[in-house]
Amino acid sequence: MGETFAGGNHITGYKELSKDKQIIEMPIPSRVAIPLSQHTGIICEPMVKESQLVRVGTKIGQGQGLISSSVHASISGKVTKITDYNHPVLGVCKAVIIDSDGQDELEPGVGVALARNIKLFSKEQLLEIIKNAGIVGLGGAAFPTQVKLNPPKPVEFLIINGAECEPYLSCDFRIMLERSQDILKGVSVVQQILNVRKVLIGVEDDKQEAIKALRNKIAELKLDFAVVGLKTKYPQGAEKQLIKALLDREVPPGKLPFDVGVVVLNVGTVLAVGEAVFLNKPLYERVVTVTGKILKNPANLKVRLGTRFSELINFCGGIKGQCEKIIMGGPMMGIAQCTDDVPVIKGTSGILLLSKSQTAGFAEQPCIRCGRCVDICPMRMLPYLLSQYGQTGHYQKADGLNVKDCMECGACVYICPAKRRILEHIRLLKTVLK
Amino acid sequence: MTQEDTKIIVESSPHLRSEESIPRIMWTVALCLIPSGVMSMLVFGPATVWIIISAVLGAVITELISCRLRKKPLTLMDGSAVLTGILLAYNLPPQSPLWMAFLGGSVAIFLGKVLFGGLGFNIFNPALIGRVFLMASFPQLMTRWPAPFGIDAATAPTPLAVFKDGFANTNILTQTEIINYSYSDLFLGLRGGCIGEACILALLLGAAYLVYKQYITLEVPLSFIGTVGIFSWIFSGSGFFKGDFLIHVLSGGLILGAFYMATDYVTGPITKKGKLVFGVGCGLITCLIRLWGGYPEGVSYAILLMNVVTPLIDRFTVPKRFGEVR
Repeated sequence: MGETFAGGNHITGYKELSKDKQIIEMPIPSRVAIPLSQHTGIICEPMVKESQLVRVGTKIGQGQGLISSSVHASISGKVTKITDYNHPVLGVCKAVIIDSDGQDELEPGVGVALARNIKLFSKEQLLEIIKNAGIVGLGGAAFPTQVKLNPPKPVEFLIINGAECEPYLSCDFRIMLERSQDILKGVSVVQQILNVRKVLIGVEDDKQEAIKALRNKIAELKLDFAVVGLKTKYPQGAEKQLIKALLDREVPPGKLPFDVGVVVLNVGTVLAVGEAVFLNKPLYERVVTVTGKILKNPANLKVRLGTRFSELINFCGGIKGQCEKIIMGGPMMGIAQCTDDVPVIKGTSGILLLSKSQTAGFAEQPCIRCGRCVDICPMRMLPYLLSQYGQTGHYQKADGLNVKDCMECGACVYICPAKRRILEHIRLLKTVLK
Repeated sequence: MTQEDTKIIVESSPHLRSEESIPRIMWTVALCLIPSGVMSMLVFGPATVWIIISAVLGAVITELISCRLRKKPLTLMDGSAVLTGILLAYNLPPQSPLWMAFLGGSVAIFLGKVLFGGLGFNIFNPALIGRVFLMASFPQLMTRWPAPFGIDAATAPTPLAVFKDGFANTNILTQTEIINYSYSDLFLGLRGGCIGEACILALLLGAAYLVYKQYITLEVPLSFIGTVGIFSWIFSGSGFFKGDFLIHVLSGGLILGAFYMATDYVTGPITKKGKLVFGVGCGLITCLIRLWGGYPEGVSYAILLMNVVTPLIDRFTVPKRFGEVR
């Protein structure tokens, strides 16, 4: 039995749809739309003009201020427009549209293997490389990585998050299996930046092959990282729950992991860090799980950022039957899209298609106080009560119930036998009580 | 894919739901009560099935009418009215008149549930409201106990009633001799008592399935039964720590109440800690009534009284906030 936290619940994973599919590189799209905001923080300032020629890896948007991240061209060709375009998180955002010249020409120096001895680099130099490469957390929150790796006080532990607890998704599993060495090289870089001795890699125990692959590689490279099996349970990959499971430390309300001496990075993020440092490669592509029971050929695709969802879906053979939901991310925390004409961004871990039978509107019934939501709430809140207060407009009553602790994992909604829209009510309370 | 001919739903996460539902839970509990009902037909005669049907009909028809009157969607299929009917019937003596069972089912739903606003809003266990109403209204009919396998209308007091008298009169006999039943009689339900309470084996079978399905947890039943056991061991004998706790655990409606009624979601506490408090409270009140109160049996009143305390228990058993340092 793997390490875990109190609460959470087992959710049918549906990972078998895509988990055995090797990562395939998707053909270069003829056009990409690269949003200037793909991260938590201030939107980038465009660095290119319309009709300017760019190459793969050309920086096209400069990060602004302390918490921001640059964006780069993902194909070579001509900037046709800088305009508002559909965005999977923000709805609409200013984006750079690039038409491909079909050459896939790299910016000079990009993608060239560098025999860098990182020991000779200072922390600041490495952080600068990461910042220039536009790396953000690839687990979904897209927080700029150079900021996360520069905590205001020293930390004790580096935790690498390979839990991938969201149902359906398998992109992290595939990279752990296929790119274990590159991930570990990235981990070494991060370890040096943070100057920590202890590194833990947490992987849910339904991914034994990944655990084995990482352990073998660690032994081979004579590294001192521990791979820890975690109980397969949602939301095991949530930052605070992962820290609780691995170190039995609880991040206090409103605080961040470094407050308990920890930095947590997703496996995809450390892979990108490794590629930035050893390949001089900015973040212009990522692995995306394209899946769903109604998709003909679910797959794990290596995709250039800015490629539209519709192209990924077509590449996977299209849809059989009727699609009623297009979700960016997993089914628990993913965002439903209103069109398939949205670009893949840095935080796109998956594209999930759900059919009518899977999304059929559930009639909300009164709470029968079964207590399941309280038992499983990973933040130890009272979802049933918040839901009632939110629904009936008793906002002030909810004031002392720490509604801001909710990370919106949705475990309570999943388990509720009355099919209550608990999280919608909680989101309402969060907005009202702001 | 073109979007023109396809309707796409946009709503907030999560987009996945478990398969559990209120009807599934209610019907499963009802199903788990069947073995005990079958035993009652074997022990008290096939007539008990008509009592069960009458009580269920009373509950269902009342639910139907009140849904119509309140212009609310019909909630019959969620199974809770049927379950209430069954539980009420299981709390009635085997020779109850059918009209009384029907009336009880009706009162259970109307007074116990509808008046409070329907499923989820009631503060008392509806089936027990029905039973208490009948106890107050028809005391003789509610305490007429036929002997097991009795051919005529021979009556025999329940073990707890015998115990209550016998304990007062004699100290010579052992306690099982006083009540004239062996432990295995009690376990198999070969004794006088309510329709669905007697056969412990049948009740435990159903309860085991509910625990396996995680529809009930063991906090309430174990703390309830444990408290009754310990309390009766200490106080029910002819001196401290000489009580025959097995008699108290195996007799009366304890097992039925502890596994099927005190575990009711709506009227019990929400947290695990709260459930333990609730169970201990139920156990204490049950023993107080059984040993020193006016009735031989106290499970119903114990659960109803603890239902009242539930909001208070919930208030004092809020889980500790994640990350909070004490």
